[in-house]
Amino acid sequence: MTVALSGKEIAGQIEEKLPESITESGQDYLVVKPDSLLAVATFLKDTPGLDFNYLNFVTAIDYYDHFEVVYQLTSLEHNHSLVVKTRCYDRENPALPSVVSLWQGADFQEREIYDLMGIRFEGHPNMKRIFLWEGFQGHPLRKDYW
Amino acid sequence: MALKTEPFVLNMGPVHPSTHGVFRMRATLDGEVVVDIEPVFGYLHRGVEKLAEQRTYTGIIPLTDRLDYISSMNNNHAYVLAVEKLAGIKVPERAEYLRVIMAELQRIAAFLIAVGSFLNDCGAFFTPFLYMFRERERIIDLFEMVSGQRLTYNYMRVGGVSQDIPREFLPALRKFLAQMPRFIDEYDRLLMQNEILLARAKGVGILTKEQAINCSASGPVLRASGVKWDIRQADPYSVYDRFDFDIPTGTVGDCYDRYRQRVEEMRQSLRIIKQAMEQLPQGPVKSDVSHLVRPPIGEAYARIEAPKGELGFYLVSDNSIAPYRCHIRPPSLINLTALRDMVRGWKVADVIIIFGSIDITVGEIDR
Repeated sequence: MTVALSGKEIAGQIEEKLPESITESGQDYLVVKPDSLLAVATFLKDTPGLDFNYLNFVTAIDYYDHFEVVYQLTSLEHNHSLVVKTRCYDRENPALPSVVSLWQGADFQEREIYDLMGIRFEGHPNMKRIFLWEGFQGHPLRKDYW
Repeated sequence: MALKTEPFVLNMGPVHPSTHGVFRMRATLDGEVVVDIEPVFGYLHRGVEKLAEQRTYTGIIPLTDRLDYISSMNNNHAYVLAVEKLAGIKVPERAEYLRVIMAELQRIAAFLIAVGSFLNDCGAFFTPFLYMFRERERIIDLFEMVSGQRLTYNYMRVGGVSQDIPREFLPALRKFLAQMPRFIDEYDRLLMQNEILLARAKGVGILTKEQAINCSASGPVLRASGVKWDIRQADPYSVYDRFDFDIPTGTVGDCYDRYRQRVEEMRQSLRIIKQAMEQLPQGPVKSDVSHLVRPPIGEAYARIEAPKGELGFYLVSDNSIAPYRCHIRPPSLINLTALRDMVRGWKVADVIIIFGSIDITVGEIDR
């Protein structure tokens, strides 16, 4: 059984190393400040005992006043998982750091989020639309797209 | 005098027999050697995730049939598990067993296509493919008995399955289980030590263990690279914790390992079906759930080991009759992340079989 680690406990561990990087934590998730996302992700991937070497998926949700980007992480070695979220309040030009340098598996998924939700991932090696064509107007998965 | 050459761009697809659907690759070549490729997606994009936001939870089940359309049962399974997790719905035992039987039959059917078309790509033109379709046909007949459909079954429901199996189903399944091992042996005799197959597939398109994990590969692609990770055992769902089966793994992670991986997993699936059939309890097949499911506010991620890999549904509920957001984790798309690194330095003809050995369905990539 994959054990969902407590977001609160992990948040405590992260805060020791990277103060003021976590804004919220719950039973099985934690919310990271966009600026600290890469540092927290590196910590989760490289800390012995956590070893989150596998990124299950990345996705984004539109809540009108902000976008929430969700990362589901698993350690294949210890068989435990964690949900990391980050929020982006800019609707005109939302941007977040890319995690492709840590988990290559995010490559197509970040492009998909850019294509359908319009969040740009900075540092992504090939940030362009994936399903729709260049020149397509709008981002269909946004709640105000009809 | 050194000969000056320029890289050449070759467009493959979207309509090409080797692309298994409408998938396109732009390959940059140096002579016959691949320098770089760029996969181009989107030719089958239907906006399933957006469509799901306008439908009721039950109404989404037919949409999932059309993702990886050669393993509809597995797609149904992953989706209903996500809704049940979100709404806290209990499922009768008989329904869980029926789901496992259908999911494993579907896995065999999907692997038959995967292996058949891979051999086709290797140059064994359509003979093995049609052998495998012969057995797949029996599975489709079984599905037709339970659901009336032959491709998009729409069989599972939130809280169970749509209907119980008819009386003639179990005898037909027993007959299939008795015959199938012999057919798998037959494929092996025909092809396993075939010199051409070995020459084309051994050592070609190696995906290392580290790279497979870093690229979030899953399913047979991940296991062929030597990672013992199968969600049916790592994070059991339905009643998978009650069955005894092995997880085969590859050693090198080349095309041959991925081919062998699927053949071995078919044998394990047969073991699971046999046990599930013996343990199959009597009782209802659907719990009392309204057609308009209204899960409480929250989110849930449920995943299964689909034939292509980890298929998951991430649902966000706002307590209405339709999901606020329905994200699908597509194993076919994510398994292609490593394709670029796998084909670099190989020849054009190898690109076809490396790509074929990953086994994708475009309906799931583009959604």
